[in-house]
Amino acid sequence: MTVPELKINDLHVSVEGKSIVKGFNLNMKGGEIHALMGPNGTGKSTVASALMGHPKYEVTSGQALLDGSNLLDMSVDERARAGMFLAMQYPSEVSGVTNADFLRTAINGRRGEGNEIPLMKFIKTLDKKMQMLEMDQAFAERYVNEGFSGGEKKRNEILQLMMLEPKFAILDEIDSGLDIDALKWVAKGVNSMRSENFGCLIITHYQRLLNYIKPDKVHIMMKGQIVKTGGPELALQLEEEGYDGMKAELGITDDETVEA
Amino acid sequence: MSMQLQNLSFDTEDINQFAEDRNEPKWFSDIRIKGLKLAEELPLPQPEKTRIADWNFTHFNYDTGSAAVTDLNDLPEEVNRLVEQGSGSGNVLIHVNSSAVYHHLSQDLIDQGVIYTDLTTAVKEHSDLFAKYYFKTTAIDKHKLTALHAALVNGGSFLYIPKNVVIEEPIQAVYYQDAPSSGLVAHTVVVAERNSSVTFVESYLSDSSVGEGVANIISEVTVGENAQVKYGAVDEFSAKIVTYVSRQAEVAKDGRIQWALGQMNDGNTLSENATNLEGTGAAADVKAVSIGSGSQKQNFDNYVRHVGKSTQSQLLVRAAQKDASNSIFNARTKIERGASGADGEQTQRVLMLSDQSRGDANPILLIDEYDVIAGHAASVGRVDPDQLYYLMSRGIKKETAEKLIVEGFLAPIVDLLPIEGVREQLTTLIERKVG
Repeated sequence: MTVPELKINDLHVSVEGKSIVKGFNLNMKGGEIHALMGPNGTGKSTVASALMGHPKYEVTSGQALLDGSNLLDMSVDERARAGMFLAMQYPSEVSGVTNADFLRTAINGRRGEGNEIPLMKFIKTLDKKMQMLEMDQAFAERYVNEGFSGGEKKRNEILQLMMLEPKFAILDEIDSGLDIDALKWVAKGVNSMRSENFGCLIITHYQRLLNYIKPDKVHIMMKGQIVKTGGPELALQLEEEGYDGMKAELGITDDETVEA
Repeated sequence: MSMQLQNLSFDTEDINQFAEDRNEPKWFSDIRIKGLKLAEELPLPQPEKTRIADWNFTHFNYDTGSAAVTDLNDLPEEVNRLVEQGSGSGNVLIHVNSSAVYHHLSQDLIDQGVIYTDLTTAVKEHSDLFAKYYFKTTAIDKHKLTALHAALVNGGSFLYIPKNVVIEEPIQAVYYQDAPSSGLVAHTVVVAERNSSVTFVESYLSDSSVGEGVANIISEVTVGENAQVKYGAVDEFSAKIVTYVSRQAEVAKDGRIQWALGQMNDGNTLSENATNLEGTGAAADVKAVSIGSGSQKQNFDNYVRHVGKSTQSQLLVRAAQKDASNSIFNARTKIERGASGADGEQTQRVLMLSDQSRGDANPILLIDEYDVIAGHAASVGRVDPDQLYYLMSRGIKKETAEKLIVEGFLAPIVDLLPIEGVREQLTTLIERKVG
């Protein structure tokens, strides 16, 4: 198996006619964990949603290639089946559909007709992964995200990640609203995925999560593009200096902010 | 001498002959004759916003007998799989076309005085008791279809629970039609006396071999003081069968009825569901789901009337509209003068799955009393694009994702049906109609 590769070249994204991402570049390989940091409204989540194919996000130019295939030509479900995964900031609730049914449908969608996962194997795998995330077994039979607390929803996103085993995952502010225990469980889940067949982009405001999931690279995003890239020490520097210090260092002025 | 009717294909002579063949007592055949006369005079009902003038309610074969069976395995597979299997413990009455063909009631229930029998037997063997409740909660002269029903009733069941008898296991009725042009005119009477409790589930289904047929169904439920009735139904008539179905209940002091209706016909349907909360503290819980598909037209009227003080009702209607289907949903909550402390809530949600379909949800509150609580919510909308995106982002194809969402949307009613086979019937139906 060759190591998966995600290449994003000069991506521009608009939301409702407003340009938000302006020339985003990123190369990732399986086995790598990258962190994407930056102040509110710089377009981090917009990159994530655009790569997954949310209908509201319009890619006006640029390229996104997963193992050489053009992601941007694919429908949302095709992107997922090609190996993309987005742990969402605000996951939807789907009433009447149990978590277990949802996951099994998703897994079988990837495996294709005639190659469905055997039920027992599915249940065993699900039990194991839920245990790792300290999730109560009852969650399997609860309706997707319905009545889940913020932290439960986030853990449910990671559970899906672990069950679906994508090539690349983007975690969009998975740490927001998590207490320290939940943060550790989430980190444990993500770390268990580490292999050269899996790459992960962690979008976060804070360095805190990166104490538990060690990134290989840290990117700082401002005003719609990556302005600086470094190692884990960059996150620590940011924690100390704040975004204002970083802006001063890079000579960036606050002439506009955008909502993403 | 026979009386020729303009738009009916049967006359007094036919009816007399039919009643005679069935050995019915005179009081019952008198009602038939009265019904026939009224059917000739009365107009069709006029449901709001649905034109039914050209629906065939009157031309069908009402005498389509089938032989009795002793072994469930001799029944059509569609029927067989609905019935609770094993040890013959299911309390069930099965009709094929216009005949009751199989019947079982446990000795234990018989010993407790429970009556569960087909209509023909009821009018003969429990004549006085049955007469007390026949057309008690709805009137023969309501409109042409109720009158026609009285004239031609050819099936149905009578369930009587004496006071203080609590039945845990569900009582089941199954109606299956496969005779050409078959018309099912079924009348169900359920009586739960004081402090009793019962769960009743009925399934109606038909084979496409019927072709153009008719279903004219009336169910009457009398819930006694502090009694509880759970009434589940799955309607599954094929596309060319026109259905009139009326389910009515009267609830006495502190009694409670729960309706769980899966209305999955493929043909044109006119449905009335009405609950009369007569006694103080009486309560109703109405849950109904439907899927419109093809070019079918449907009209659903769900009505709760609060008469007694501190009466409570909850009404939940969920529906999905596909293809070029057209459905009207009226939810009516009426709080009469004197019903102080009443609490009536209703919610109707319609999910539109195509541009050609139509769905109208009309919430109606009629309140003649102060000091009550009443609320309504009605919405008609499309599948939530964020939900769709979420499911698709996990690799689920759009059609499958839509199916999951719609099935989940309708699930609250499926979960209420107490018999595994019937639950599966509704689940399979939803999958088929959505898919």
